[in-house]
Amino acid sequence: MRPSVTFAAASLGILATVLVLGGCQTAPRGTGDLGVVIERAAGRVQVVETTGRTALYTIPELGDLSHASTVFSRDGRYAYVFGRDGGLSKLDLLGRKLVKRVVQAGNSVGGAISQDGSLVAVSNYEPGGVRVFDAKSLDLVADIPAVYGDKGATSKVVGLVDAPGQRFVFTLYDAGEIWVADMADPRRPALRKFKDIGRLPYDGLITPDGRYYLAGLFGEDGIALLDLWNLDAGVRRILDGYGRGEKPLPVYKMPHLEGWASAGDLLFLPAVGRYEVLVVERDGWRERGRIPVHGQPIFVVARPDGRQVWVNFAHPRNDMVQVIDVPSQQIVKTLRPGKAVLHMEFTPRGEQVWISVRDEDRVEVYDTESLERVADLPVDKPSGIFLTARANRIGL
Amino acid sequence: MLKARYLCCGTAAAVLATGVALAAPPKERQDELIYQLRQDCGSCHGMTLKGGLGPPLVPAAVAGKSDETLVEVILHGLPGTPMGPWAFEISREEAAWLVRRMKEGL
Repeated sequence: MRPSVTFAAASLGILATVLVLGGCQTAPRGTGDLGVVIERAAGRVQVVETTGRTALYTIPELGDLSHASTVFSRDGRYAYVFGRDGGLSKLDLLGRKLVKRVVQAGNSVGGAISQDGSLVAVSNYEPGGVRVFDAKSLDLVADIPAVYGDKGATSKVVGLVDAPGQRFVFTLYDAGEIWVADMADPRRPALRKFKDIGRLPYDGLITPDGRYYLAGLFGEDGIALLDLWNLDAGVRRILDGYGRGEKPLPVYKMPHLEGWASAGDLLFLPAVGRYEVLVVERDGWRERGRIPVHGQPIFVVARPDGRQVWVNFAHPRNDMVQVIDVPSQQIVKTLRPGKAVLHMEFTPRGEQVWISVRDEDRVEVYDTESLERVADLPVDKPSGIFLTARANRIGL
Repeated sequence: MLKARYLCCGTAAAVLATGVALAAPPKERQDELIYQLRQDCGSCHGMTLKGGLGPPLVPAAVAGKSDETLVEVILHGLPGTPMGPWAFEISREEAAWLVRRMKEGL
């Protein structure tokens, strides 16, 4: 079929517009295959694309990016980078630039974007609490200090996620509490607090359907579970005493709970102080089993189809990655990407996984069927890898 | 192995003269220790040591604590907290050297 004159004219019109507005000759593109790799020590990010597996450009001067994480606007155009130093940076992935950066606290640890995409919340250690910003302007909308007890102490906040109903859910590390903030009126968050959830909750996650929030406990063996469909039922404890009678091993890095390593009815979680992955039945929240692994698990993440679970480990056993086959619950592959494997991120439909290897200054890409390495990219001290597919997932 | 190299590196005299606490590890090992302090200790204490889930280790934060206490915490951890024992890969002399670097500021 030959293009019509009208179509050709329209195309020329669009092209002209692009040339004028863009000021360069790149064709319009979508953002669905883009991502951000944190260069933690350099305070810089690399913007990458997963179709050709290449680095596109870098955006520097984003402050202290150790432990940095990223969420995306729902159109996949903007990335919000949460730095350790309290910096909140809004990047335009198409405009290839930093749009705005605010330093909103002294010490921070990640954030979340609201269900409707209008609010960005940041989890702060200093001052302990959550601050909520307008996603467009980065203007402060609400401040939620994590004050607990009767002496006015503030707690560090971890495990901040978005939840359906325009809510944010987060955990108070020092206080041992879970708070649910309803942002229906953004300037006046309605808080619901759940106390005595357990000692030293180190991180939290929400199920992809947005129903359950889980907080992992460092100070005791067990997990705090909150059903967001039934807040009145309160927080209950699951896997209570999963390591009872055993002396925990030292933990040289806190595990992270991110996403939902689930397959069918099973959930996979890092044990704390044990070289094990815990397998939990979602129906009834009982322990189904434990899978012995190479070290203290840090990230336990499922391939998007749930067929495999990939695990990385804490220092000093952090040079390896293990792949668990979900149906058999067996380790089917042990990879050794190199020293300090910090993060793993699947492509949107899971045919590949990107792995950051900090001490090798490299990001490696593996095919998840052949389990062979298919590409690598030079990246300075890479840590978190965040692909734009997160834009459309609850809790990420 | 490390200790053997250490004593062969000409610091033995310094150890004898000033006591173990003031001995400095060889340069190569110093670089490893500082890297580890920033990157691995940094995963809880912050890469710039300004704190994270763990407390800050900047000079103002550690000034009030004795070298001996800090060395013990590095080597044996703090039971009941996430601070683990590092004696499996850091010697007492190295811990003492790290404490001095922390007190001076990186």
